Amino acid sequence: MARLKLFIPLLLFIALVGFLYQGIYDKDDSLTSALLNKPFPAFSLPTVQSAETNVGKQALLGEVALVNVWATWCPSCQVEHPYLLKLAQQGVKIIGVNYKDDRAAAQQWLTKLKNPYVFSVFDEKGRLGLDLGVYGAPETYLIDREGVIRYKHVGVVDEQVWLTKIKPKYDALKMNTAGTVQQDAG
Amino acid sequence: MKACLKPLLILLVSTVGWLSVSWAAIDTYPFQTEEQRQRFKQLTDELRCPKCQNQNIADSNAPIAKDLREEIYRQLLAGQSNQAIADFMVARYGEFVLYRPAFSKKTWLLWIGPFILLVVGAGIFYRLIRKGQSSTAPASASLSEAEQQQIEAIIHQHEEPKS
Repeated sequence: MARLKLFIPLLLFIALVGFLYQGIYDKDDSLTSALLNKPFPAFSLPTVQSAETNVGKQALLGEVALVNVWATWCPSCQVEHPYLLKLAQQGVKIIGVNYKDDRAAAQQWLTKLKNPYVFSVFDEKGRLGLDLGVYGAPETYLIDREGVIRYKHVGVVDEQVWLTKIKPKYDALKMNTAGTVQQDAG
Repeated sequence: MKACLKPLLILLVSTVGWLSVSWAAIDTYPFQTEEQRQRFKQLTDELRCPKCQNQNIADSNAPIAKDLREEIYRQLLAGQSNQAIADFMVARYGEFVLYRPAFSKKTWLLWIGPFILLVVGAGIFYRLIRKGQSSTAPASASLSEAEQQQIEAIIHQHEEPKS
């Protein structure tokens, strides 16, 4: 019995390691959720296509949508671009946030690689990015009809990410015809 | 004499050059008061870069860290308190950006864990010390009366065949 007591420090150590390990990999719960279930921040910015017309948060509302943060300087954005086109073809509303980019380069990109976005906000200074808590590109936000952020994915959206992480929540929000608040578990 | 001074001089110049690079991030911002400068230093030291994760905002060269330094600077000059600036960051990047997170059900183990370990460790240490002391004491003192009788009985048993 006394010998068993000798293992107490080891057990405590294992428990501590488990706790810290969970902290490292529990990303959905720390860095990515500051704005979860909070309204999309207000903004007033021109679009990539037109410097004259300013759009605001109002333009995001009314339909369940993805907001995708992208830039021409971001190699991963190029990787996910074909899949975004595919989603757009399937009828998913995607709005782009062109983050700290060059307007001419962004326009060229959309012409050359085709445009999956309903429109792309031109966030030259990264102000909207800052309010969104963007810390890299690409990042993708799922918003409901009222513009409440329901999920955030950091990194490339591909088939696996879409099917396992985003689509279930997207479908649930779509099903919710009244557009009322959907309780989010994760 | 001259020959041995030269490498020293080169070393000195290169070290100073290196130091000035690492301080560049702070020195590019003009402050109105020394107090603002100190607060800027404190805030950028205590806020974690969301992108690079193991660096604070002051040390990181990531573009996002530069943006956040500018934002902190802007808010400092606008008269925001340290708490307001920290809250602004937490609202966007979560508790994660604080190198000293608030005490909550998620962070309690981080805060009091080391003290728990200290108490447990001290307890174990104390017990080991006591055990060590008792084992050096005379053997007879640690035997109970019943044990003493048992030993005598055994000795007696072994002695019997001889007689």
